[in-house]
Parts: sequence; C-alpha cells; structure tokens
Amino acid sequence: MTLDQLKPGSEGRIKKLSVRDKLGQRLMDMGVYPGLKLKVLRNAPLEDPMEVELDGYFVSLRHDEARFVEVE
Amino acid sequence: MKNQKILVALAGQPNCGKSTVFNALSGASQHVANYPGVTVDKMTGGYRYNGYRVELVDLPGTYSLSSYSPEERVSRDFILHEKPSVTVNVMDASNLKRCLYLTFQLLEMEIPVVLNLNMMDVVEKRGMTIDMEKLSGRLGVPVVPTTMKNGEGKKELKDVIDVVAATNKKIEPLHIDYQEMEPVLREIVDRLATEATLSVQYPLRWLAIKLMEGDEAVQGMIGEQHPQADAFTAMVEQGRTNFEKEFGNAPEVHIATCRYKAADTISRACLQLPKGAQRQLSDKVDDIVCHRLFGPAFLVGIIWLLYYLAIVQGYNITNYTWPLLAKLRSLTEAVTPEPGFIDIPLIREFSLWIVDSVNALLNYIPIFFILFALIAILEDSGYMPRMAFIMDRLFSRYGLHGQSTLPMVLGGIYVGGCAVPGVMSCKGIPDERSRLATILIIPLLNCLAKVPLYVLLINIYFAAHKAWAMFFISTISLLMVLPVAKILTLTVLKDKETAPFVMEMPPYHLPTWRGVLSRAVERVWLFMRKISTIVVAVAVVVFVLLQFPGIGKERMDYYQARKDKAIATFHKKIKGTPFHEGLQGDRLMAMMLYWEAYKDARMGAGGQDGVAVVNADFKARDALFFKIVRPGKDKVAKKVGREFKKLVKKRKGLLREMRKERIDKSFLGAAGRWLEPVTQWAGFNWRVNVALLSALAAKESSVATLGALYEQEEEGEALEERMARGEADLTPLHALALMLFMVLYPPCMATTMAVKVQSGSVKWMLFSIGYPMFLGLSVASLVFTMGSIFELSGLQAMFAFYLLALGFTIFMGLIKNQPEYIKLT
Repeated sequence: MTLDQLKPGSEGRIKKLSVRDKLGQRLMDMGVYPGLKLKVLRNAPLEDPMEVELDGYFVSLRHDEARFVEVE
Repeated sequence: MKNQKILVALAGQPNCGKSTVFNALSGASQHVANYPGVTVDKMTGGYRYNGYRVELVDLPGTYSLSSYSPEERVSRDFILHEKPSVTVNVMDASNLKRCLYLTFQLLEMEIPVVLNLNMMDVVEKRGMTIDMEKLSGRLGVPVVPTTMKNGEGKKELKDVIDVVAATNKKIEPLHIDYQEMEPVLREIVDRLATEATLSVQYPLRWLAIKLMEGDEAVQGMIGEQHPQADAFTAMVEQGRTNFEKEFGNAPEVHIATCRYKAADTISRACLQLPKGAQRQLSDKVDDIVCHRLFGPAFLVGIIWLLYYLAIVQGYNITNYTWPLLAKLRSLTEAVTPEPGFIDIPLIREFSLWIVDSVNALLNYIPIFFILFALIAILEDSGYMPRMAFIMDRLFSRYGLHGQSTLPMVLGGIYVGGCAVPGVMSCKGIPDERSRLATILIIPLLNCLAKVPLYVLLINIYFAAHKAWAMFFISTISLLMVLPVAKILTLTVLKDKETAPFVMEMPPYHLPTWRGVLSRAVERVWLFMRKISTIVVAVAVVVFVLLQFPGIGKERMDYYQARKDKAIATFHKKIKGTPFHEGLQGDRLMAMMLYWEAYKDARMGAGGQDGVAVVNADFKARDALFFKIVRPGKDKVAKKVGREFKKLVKKRKGLLREMRKERIDKSFLGAAGRWLEPVTQWAGFNWRVNVALLSALAAKESSVATLGALYEQEEEGEALEERMARGEADLTPLHALALMLFMVLYPPCMATTMAVKVQSGSVKWMLFSIGYPMFLGLSVASLVFTMGSIFELSGLQAMFAFYLLALGFTIFMGLIKNQPEYIKLT
C-alpha cells in the first residue's frame, strides 16, 4: 500500500521509498524514512495535497508525491 | 589577533527563528545582495566585539545540505569555499530531533560549529527540559540556549562565537555510525587520501558520504579534480550498486535513516518531555483553518481583510498624506520661472512633470506600508503554508504553485492590487518554473492603476450594464492568467527546474509588533529606493517623447496672434475704467498669476476665518488686484472682473489647444499614427494608441493623456462626455477591445524592475514586456474583428468572450503536465 491511498485519520509505518533523486531526497529531508510511524491528518479542501504527521512534525505533500512512499 | 575580521555564517532550517537571531546580532547594519547566478538573497550584517569586526552571513534556511535546490547549493558552497571561522547552527529547540538532521551534515563538513538552541521560551512553555551539557558533550560542540525574540542569550552567543573563532582549533565532532556502510566509506576515504589536491581541500569522510549519497555536485567536483576520475567514479557506482543489492536499501535512504536514528538517540538522551504530551494546538487550529468548507471561507475572509485594510483604508490615509505631496508641487511651482501668457518655460513644465510622476509613486506609500505589514503578519503567523495547502490543487493544474496564492492576491486577483508587491512576494516559491510563471502572469492581473480606464470606458459605453461589465473585467483577468500560465510552462518555461511540493506545516506563532513593523519599514524603504530612480528616468523619457519636436514657428505665430487679439479685446473692454492703467504690460500677467493664486488659496482655506485670513493676505499683496477679485458692490470692478474671467478662459483654451497640438506632433503622436495600421484590427485609433503608449510609464497616465487629447469645450465637462462626443464612431465593441488590451497591458516600469530582481535576468524582464503586448493585441483584435464580422454588440461580444475564456481555461486545466522528478520514475 502507498501513502496516497491512506484515508485521513489512518496510521501506518513507512516501509520503503520507491523514488530517488530530487523527490526522494526531499522526502527524506522532510523526515520521511523507513521505519517511522506516520498518521494522515487531512486532505486539502480540493482533496490534494494531504497533510501528514511524522513524529510530532507536520508535512503536506501532493498525492502524486505520496504514491512513492510505501506504507504498512 | 585584535582588530581582525572574523566571518561567521548562520545556518539553520526554515522556521527556526534564524532571521530573528540574525537581526538581534547584527542590529541595523544589514545588507541584501544576491548570490552569483541565482536569485537567492544573501543577507549580510555585522557587529564589533572585543575589538574584532564580526561579519555575519545569513545563509538561506534549508532542511538539508544536498545539492538539489539552489538554496542548498549556495549554503554548501559558501561553507566550503568561504570557510567561515564559525558556523552558528540555529535551531528550534522545541524541535530538537528534526533540527539535528541538519546539524549532523554540518558536523560532517568538519567545520567549527556553535549550536544555538533558539526559541527556548517554547520549550519551557511546553514543559520540556533539555540537558545542554549532555548535548554539547555528545555532539562535541558548544551549545548556547537563547530566546532571541526577547534578546535573551545574545551576549552569551557572542561570547561563545568569539571563543571558538579565537581558539581556531580543529574540532573533533561526533561521527555518525553508518553501520553496514562503514566499510565502503572507509574504502573510498582510503582511495581519496592518496589524492593530494582533493584531500587538502575537502574533508574526506564528507566526500565519501556525499558520493555514496549520489550527490551530483560532488560527483562533478570529483570529475573535475580527480586525475583518474572515470575509474574512481565507476568504483563508487559499483559500491552503491553492491550496497543496494546486499542490504535492500538505496544508499541515500540508508544514510538519511542513520542520521534520523542518531538524532533520535541523542534527543532521547538529552530531552525530557512532559508526561502525557497533548495534541498540538496548531493541529487543532488546522481542523478549522484547513477544513473543507471553513478553510476556503477563512481564506476568502483573509483576502478580503487584506484588500480592505491595505487598499480601502490605505486609500483613506492618502487623503491625509496627499496635501503634503501637493505642497511639494506648489513649492516646485514657486521656485521655477513663472509662466507667460501662452509660453510656459520648459524648465517649469519639466520640473512639474517630474514632481507629478514622483508624487504618483509616493502617494502609494501608506498602501504599501499596510500591505507589507500585513504580509509580515501572514508570514510570521505561519498561515502562508496553509494558504498554499488550500490553493495548490487549483494552481498546480496551471503550472503555478500553492505558494502563488499570496502573490496573486497582492497582484489583484479581483480588482485593485499592485503588481510590484505581487512580484516581490514570489521569492518564496520553491519551484523555479512555477515561480517564473507566477512572476510573468502577475502583471496581467487587475492592478489599481488599470481601474480608472475601466471605469471611464464602462461609464461611457456600458452605462446600462455597469455591474455586469465590472464583474466581467474583474474576473476575466483570472480566466486569462491561468491558461497563459499553463501555456508558458508548456513552452518557454518547460526546461526550467521544478521542485517537489513537500512542505512543512510549521506551528502557528504570534507575530511580534517589532518584527512586523521593522520588516514593513524595511521593505517600503527598499522598494522606494529601487523604484524611484527608475520612475524619474522613465518620466524624463516620456516627457521628451511627448514634448518634442514641439509646435513649429508658423503655428506658434498663429497662437501668438490669437493671444494678442485676446489681450487687445480685453483692454478695449475695460478702457476708461480706473483699472485700465494698472493692467498694462507685465501687470496683466501678474494679475493672471494673482487670480490663480487667489483661487487656489480660497480652495485651501477652511471655514469663514480661513477665508478672512486669505482675503486680508491678498489685499495686502495688491489692493488694486484684490478689487477685481472681490469687487463687492463696486459695479465697475465687477465688470472688469467679468471681462478678466473671459480672458482667463481664453488663455486656458489656447494652452489646451497648444498642448493637444504638441502631443499630436510629438514623437509619441507619430508613433501612435505609425501603429494605426496594426492596431486598427483591434479598433484603436491613433489617439488611443498615444494614450496606451504614454501608459507605459505608469498606467494612470492613460486616462490623463486621453484627457489632454479630448479637449474640453465647456468648463466642467467630464471626460466621459468629451470622449463620447469626440469619438462618435467609437462603439462599445471598441471599448471592450480596449479594456481587454488594458488587462493584458505590459507591466509598468516599477513592476519591470521587480521582475528583473525576482527573475534575476534581463531576458525575462524583456520577455515580460514583450509577450503581453503581443497577447493583448491578439486578444483585442480577435474580439474586435470577430465582433465586427458577426455584428455583435459590445455586451454580446463580452459574453461570448467570457464563455470562450472560461472554456479555454477549463480545457487548459485538463492537460496533464507532470514535473520531471515524477516523470523520471
């Protein structure tokens, strides 16, 4: 399952990042790394982007970007 | 070592209060420049300490030090090549673990680092405690806690910077254990150690880690400086592939994970959280602010408030500041040579023209001040990322960015913005392609200066449907801007760098008065300094183009003759009165100026007492003249006054005719005629062309020039009536084409400067002037020519064009255009 499929309110653990380079590095720099637990807080009023809580830290990202984050 | 300069860099993640630290340390002595080749601001400042001159450089806020964004490249290069004596790593103490991620990367560069834990007040408020000694011991660098917002810890930080700079010893920082990767790292370090040049210039372990991360900039460095670059690079590539095969994780993911785990370990050891940590307040606020329904409503409310306070209230304030500027004008009038009956000295005309141009700009200061203060509040409070969060879906479809919202609001998404702050606020958009697209489309929004022409044309040609026409013109600009932005990103901007959206949603903060006001003052000042010279330069050019070559000798003689006739008539009429003698020669012109001055003074005098004062004053100046101005019951004086009034009117008429003829014959007039064959398809005659050309300096001029071209016949006749009479063959369709051209009009000079600064290139500045002209003429021609062919009324054409634009906007929004970092995979 990938992050973009999670509904607001659901939680998961990051399994893998399936993107490298610019987007992959940016995701990691913003605190997305394998093993971390996360919680989807909400979607934007027009569905996209989404807001995620990572270890007490809040990050928003587009669904197009979230589909490279594998969660379980 | 005394009397030396030490270079200190400030590094830190966004939202950690770094600029507060910078402001607190450097005080008022700040300087903004650009890093070479990129549009990233380089803030420098400094202070004296202990006999040293400390030079501070505020590096851009970055989450990491990879080489994917210009900010990160700039920060890294600065540290590598300028070698600051101390790098202060500012961090948000309440977010220790996240901030350590950057700290580790700084430490890996083996530079002298001072850790500054800022925002300690938040830490205390949340009931957290941080063991500073343990933290310092673990990291191997000094740690200074501060609450810079209140200036707490400022002295201590300066002390520590001084000590670290003075000792200048190589630090022994913490090494992160990269576990399974350590053997490969060691191998790379060993291979690199044999290279003399590289091993002197750069810390080897850092190079090795960067190479394993696949950092392109470091790979490039190796390619240039390593004697056997190809073989070495192949070796590293092999190492990366093997690592991924063996451990199932990309090397860069492994590195980041190790850093976060190390950060977690340290933060657990040094940080004590209160029991039963609560859900953060910011998250609760976001339940409403980012809510499906309340969120957009709140956003609209904020935008409305921004307009209301800055534009409406700002305009009200200009009612009080305008008299000051008017004084500047009268002062200029007083010091320049007095005008003759029909020959106005060029120097006088020129000086007044310049003062008027500068005043038009200075008049905006209250509006700008409020606007900049409100932006500072939005920035400091943390609402901006929420704005981007709400609007990103819509804007990203058109190649723009969630963070294009504020620039577009400022530029005038409805009616009455200003492109200058709009373009200036594009700085924060992280994605270069979206940023350029936003910069280029902002001038097409409805700025305040476009409104007078709209109002004029709507009042003449759409008087029966004012509300509809106003709605049309207010919203049509957005319907043109969105598809234009998309077309730009698909064409001229398609090769520009893009960046992922992934964005921090920082906790909300209460802005401080000091922070907000100082930033507003600073930005207004910066804006005025940059723009005022340009405005003056352009005003000079337009003045020359409008004044020269001027009226020929023959025509001048003709006007002279009419003047002599008017004066002769006046003297004949008043012959035999006691006033006749006193109005000969120079005295007549003196009376003319006296008349005007009295009128002005009466207008400015408030109430009965004021009038009495003015009267007494003018009576003292010249008793005879005063008799004519205020004849009272004196019948003869009354008659002379009447005759004099006629003369004043004749003079005004002559001056107006001459002004019109001068514009007719001017370079700009010639250009207007020369353009007529092209602009006829849009329905513009040469007079309209001249008005549009003169608006290049400032759009307000369009209405003023039209005013001069459509001369006044009756006193007090409004420009609306004059235009309708003078151009009986102009139809609402003409007006519609003209309004649409005005929407797509090239940016004013002030905006052009802002475009140059924000895009960092003259090429884009020229493009921002050129493409709207082409586009505007095309749209105006399409509407006018099609409207003429199908014999549409102005209103019908308006409706048809609106539907067309709406359809096109929706269509353009459906075209998919994924950024390259997603396409690649």
